[in-house]
Amino acid sequence: MIRIGYIIIGIAVLCFSSGAASALERFPPPEFEGGYEFPSTTTPHPQQDIYEYMDTVVLLAALSLASYLVLRKRSRRAIFILMVFSLLYFGFWRKGCVCPIGATQNIVLSIFDHSYAVPVAVAFFFLLPLVFALFFGRVFCAAVCPLGAIQDLVLLRPVSVPSWLESGLRLFAYVYLAAAVLFAATGSAFLICRYDPFVAFFRLNGNLNVLIIGTCLLVISVFIGRPYCRFICPYGILLRQLSRLSKWRVTITPDECVQCRLCEDSCPYGAIRRPSVSWPETEYGRGKKRLAILLVLLPILIILCGWSGSGLRKVTSRMHPTVRLAERIYLEDTGKVEDTTDASLAFRATGKETEALYREALNIRANFGLGGWFFGGFVGLMIGLKLITVSIWRQRTDYEAGRASCLACGRCFKYCPMEHARLNKTKEALV
Amino acid sequence: MMSENKNNINRRHFLKDGVWATCLAGLAGLGGFLLSKLKKNNTVWQIDPYVCVACGNCATYCVLEDSAVKCVQVYEICGYCDICTGYLEPEANPPDTGAEKELCPTGALKRVFVEDPYFEYNVDEALCNGCGKCVKGCTVFGNGSLFLQVRHDRCLNCNECSIAAACPSQAYKRVPANEPYLLKKMDHA
Repeated sequence: MIRIGYIIIGIAVLCFSSGAASALERFPPPEFEGGYEFPSTTTPHPQQDIYEYMDTVVLLAALSLASYLVLRKRSRRAIFILMVFSLLYFGFWRKGCVCPIGATQNIVLSIFDHSYAVPVAVAFFFLLPLVFALFFGRVFCAAVCPLGAIQDLVLLRPVSVPSWLESGLRLFAYVYLAAAVLFAATGSAFLICRYDPFVAFFRLNGNLNVLIIGTCLLVISVFIGRPYCRFICPYGILLRQLSRLSKWRVTITPDECVQCRLCEDSCPYGAIRRPSVSWPETEYGRGKKRLAILLVLLPILIILCGWSGSGLRKVTSRMHPTVRLAERIYLEDTGKVEDTTDASLAFRATGKETEALYREALNIRANFGLGGWFFGGFVGLMIGLKLITVSIWRQRTDYEAGRASCLACGRCFKYCPMEHARLNKTKEALV
Repeated sequence: MMSENKNNINRRHFLKDGVWATCLAGLAGLGGFLLSKLKKNNTVWQIDPYVCVACGNCATYCVLEDSAVKCVQVYEICGYCDICTGYLEPEANPPDTGAEKELCPTGALKRVFVEDPYFEYNVDEALCNGCGKCVKGCTVFGNGSLFLQVRHDRCLNCNECSIAAACPSQAYKRVPANEPYLLKKMDHA
C-alpha cells in the first residue's frame, strides 16, 4: 500500500514537474460509497459596514463638540477629556485605521487610478476635518486625532523650539506630503500608513523598525510638544493652510488684550505670536532688496528642484514592486547576481515574458519622471515661500494664537487674566 | 490716510474671503468627484490563489499577532489521498501520522478517516498560522485544494496591507467586500 502510494506520487511528480499553480486534478476526486458529503469551505464575511458608518458619525460629533469646546466653552479640561476619548475610540478601539492622514493617499490614488473607488467612510474622514478647519481652525488636531492625543498625553516637560528651527524642520512635512502623494499616485505604496509611528501602539503589535521610531517620537514628545504633528504630519500641512483662512479661531483672550504677557510662554507648540515692533528703517531697505531677489529666485528654485526630483526617478521608482522585480530579473538574466529571490522565482513560474515586464517597469519609471517634476517643484516652491516669509514683516499689536500653527489645545486660556474675569462674571451670573 | 488704511483692510478681507470660498468650493468639488466614483461596495484584501507562491510571508508580516491569513480547503478539489503531500513531510518514512512526520508546524492540518483508502483533511483555523507549508506541498505534488486566503473575520482591513507590501508575487488584490474570497474552482479541463 505504502509503495503504491510512493509510485503514484513519483508518477505525478514526473508528469507535472512544471509545478504550475493552478488546481490540477492529479488525483481525481474519489467517488465515495458511504454517502459522504463534501463539507463546504467557510467564508466568514467582513463586518465593517456598520462600524464605518459609526466611525463617520463619531468623527462628525467629535469635531462639532471640539469646535464648541475650543471656541465657546474655552475649557482645556473638556478638550482634554474629548482628546482622551478620541484616543481610546479612534486609536485603541478602532486600531487607528482609517485615519484622515492616511486617507489622503486613498483620495490621491482614486484620482489617478480610475478603477479605484474610495469607500464612503474614507472620503468623509478626509474631507470633514478640512471643512471644519475652514470654519473653526485645527479643532481636529486639538481633540480628535488619536496620533496627536497620544503625544499630547506624554508632554510633561515642554521645551520651546526656536522659531527658525521649527520652521526648518517643518519642511520635512512638506517633503513627506509630496512623497506620499507621489507614491500613492503611482500606485507604489501608502507611505504614510507604512511609517505611521503610533499605529503599532494602538494595535499593540507591529513592525519593529516602526515601533522604534514610534517610541523615539514618544520620548521626544515628553519634552518637545507633538513632534509628529509639527514636523512630520502631511495632513497637518493641509489643515495648517486651510486654518489660515478659518472663519473663527482660537483667541487667547476672550476680551481685549491687556498686554500683561502672562500667556507668553504658555504654549508648548510655539504658536503664540508676540506683538511686533515696527520694522527698523535700516532693515526695511535690505528686506525689500532680499524680497526682490527671492522673488526672482523662486522660479529658478522650483525648476531646479523639479529637475532633481525627476532625475531621482531611478531611485524613487524602486518603491514600486514591479520596478523592483524588473531590476532583479535584469540582474539575474545578465548574470550579475547568482542567486534568486522569492519574487524572481514567482515571476518565472508565471511564464510571463521578460520584455513585457521591462516595458511595464519603464512605463512606471516614466511616470515617476513626470511625477518627480511635480514632487520637486512643490518642494522647491515651499522652500522658496519659506524664505520669502522671512522677508515679510507682519504688524501685530496683541498676543495672538498663530493661525496656522495653533493646534487649539486650549492651554493658553487659563493664563489670561481676562479669561478669569469672564469666568468670574459667569459664576456671579449663575449665583 | 485713514480711509486708505480702511480700504487696504477691506481689500485684504475681500481677497481672503475669495480664497476661503475657493477652498470651500474646492473641497465640495472633491467631495462631488469622490461621490461620483463611489461604489456601494468597499474593498477588502484578498490573495489570488493562482498567483500565490506560498512563500511564508503571510505568517510573519501581518500586523496581527496571529495572522489573518489561513489555509483553506476546497473539498471538491481534494484527492482525499492516503499519502497527502500537504500533510506529510516528503521524507516521512514510514508515512504515518507521527507528529514529527507532519508538514504543518503547528499541527493545524487534521486528518480524518472517511472510508478506505480516503482521508479528509481539515484546517484548524485556531492553530493555522498561514505559513503555507501545506499549500506548497499540495500545489506542487497534489491537486492544490489547500491554499491561503485572508480570513475576514480576523482581518483588520488596513489601508495598506503589510503582507501585500511584502508579497513577492503581488498576489494581493483589493476585492469587493460583498465577494471577499477568491476560492479555487474545480478544473474541468
